Amino acid sequence: MQDEPAPEELIRAVADFLRNDIAPVISGHDAFKLRVSINALDLVTRQLTLEQASDSAEKARLEELLGRQGSLGELNRMLADRLAKGEVDLQTPGLTEHLWQTTMDKLAVDQPNYASYKRELGRKGS
Amino acid sequence: MIEVELGRCVAAWYPGAIGVANSVRLSGGASQETWSFDIVHPDGDIGAILRRAPSGYGAAPERAAGLAAEAALMQRAYEAGVPSPRVLHVLQPQDELGTGFIMSRVEGETIPRKILRDERFAQARPKLARQLGKVLADIHRLALPQLPELRRMTAAKEIAELERDYRSFNRPRPVFELALRWLCDHDPGSPHETTLVHGDFRHGNLIIGPEGLRAVLDWELAHVGDPMEDLGWICVNSWRFGEIDKPVGGLGTREELFAGYEKAGRRVDPARVKFWEVMGTLRWGVMCCGMMQRFRNGPEHSIERAMIGRRSSETEIDLLRLLAPRGE
Repeated sequence: MQDEPAPEELIRAVADFLRNDIAPVISGHDAFKLRVSINALDLVTRQLTLEQASDSAEKARLEELLGRQGSLGELNRMLADRLAKGEVDLQTPGLTEHLWQTTMDKLAVDQPNYASYKRELGRKGS
Repeated sequence: MIEVELGRCVAAWYPGAIGVANSVRLSGGASQETWSFDIVHPDGDIGAILRRAPSGYGAAPERAAGLAAEAALMQRAYEAGVPSPRVLHVLQPQDELGTGFIMSRVEGETIPRKILRDERFAQARPKLARQLGKVLADIHRLALPQLPELRRMTAAKEIAELERDYRSFNRPRPVFELALRWLCDHDPGSPHETTLVHGDFRHGNLIIGPEGLRAVLDWELAHVGDPMEDLGWICVNSWRFGEIDKPVGGLGTREELFAGYEKAGRRVDPARVKFWEVMGTLRWGVMCCGMMQRFRNGPEHSIERAMIGRRSSETEIDLLRLLAPRGE
């Protein structure tokens, strides 16, 4: 077992330092790149915090939907193949909900401020 | 220093020009550059833009129309009254500047967030969706025989290209599969008329002033195809920058865009526009994945590119909103 602080705590500390102490004294293209870098660190923190729960829920949904066991990668490949062949589609029970939930979980990590995501988050049942 | 070659070049065709100044490189990768500079003239300086592929970088990527075609298209558009920079000079071998062209510099704004939020564009914003419709109609009316040779594209070819690019990434994305399948099932076939298609008519390629649209830029992706493609592409959610209830670049409604287009004497087919909006959303998603590939495999290791890879999920939620919308 590794010692503390945990990776997400370390990354958050680095991101806060860059945001609060470095960003105000940088300008021009470097300021833009710094902002992108801070966004990347924030994204990594969200992923470290959220990924485990969303991955295991996604895996459970896929196994139910496909009637098969496998790794998350294998199951996604199987679903992709079946969609491509037309063997499953939006009429397949559970598919629409699965795609929505999986996509919402990705946005929660990638771009929680994206307007479409915020709109969908505000709907009942999400 | 590029100013030496530019000065010599400009003196050869601009009467009275005595040199160039203030040259600044604006953007571009290794194969294509954009420079801004001033032509120094006793009657007052003239702002100009150079777009060029330096010598040794002649080969255009497969989708690109090429700089010579771009110059010809821009010139035709300008003559036909489409807001456009004027082409001043097409580079010749003796210019020693590579291939490309020089055009007049149009002042104005291309940054979407400024156009959508700044007070100085408050008068222009309510008019722009309609105006963009009119300008697209004017572009689609340009007579094909007077244009340079361009790729001919169909919906089926576009789907095949997207599918090939997506499969080359070798990473399963069920939402993209759903979209590809939907596109195949809803391919509207040949349009009743094929026209010039700008191919990248959206924020970033439109120069806006406080009074409205000043210039359409970047004809790099121009081709011949279904005119409804341009109307669908400008409605892709990725160009709304948060103003998601204003489909036309965050500026206005589809109805305003269509009204401007039809008032200029051309017909809109809303079902085809929706088809191309889905295609465009998927295309931007695939392009984001391509950025991630270039980050991982390319020499530049750019954090911006890496983070654009993480925007592909934005197009997935937009595809679901289009193809499997949830209730209110």
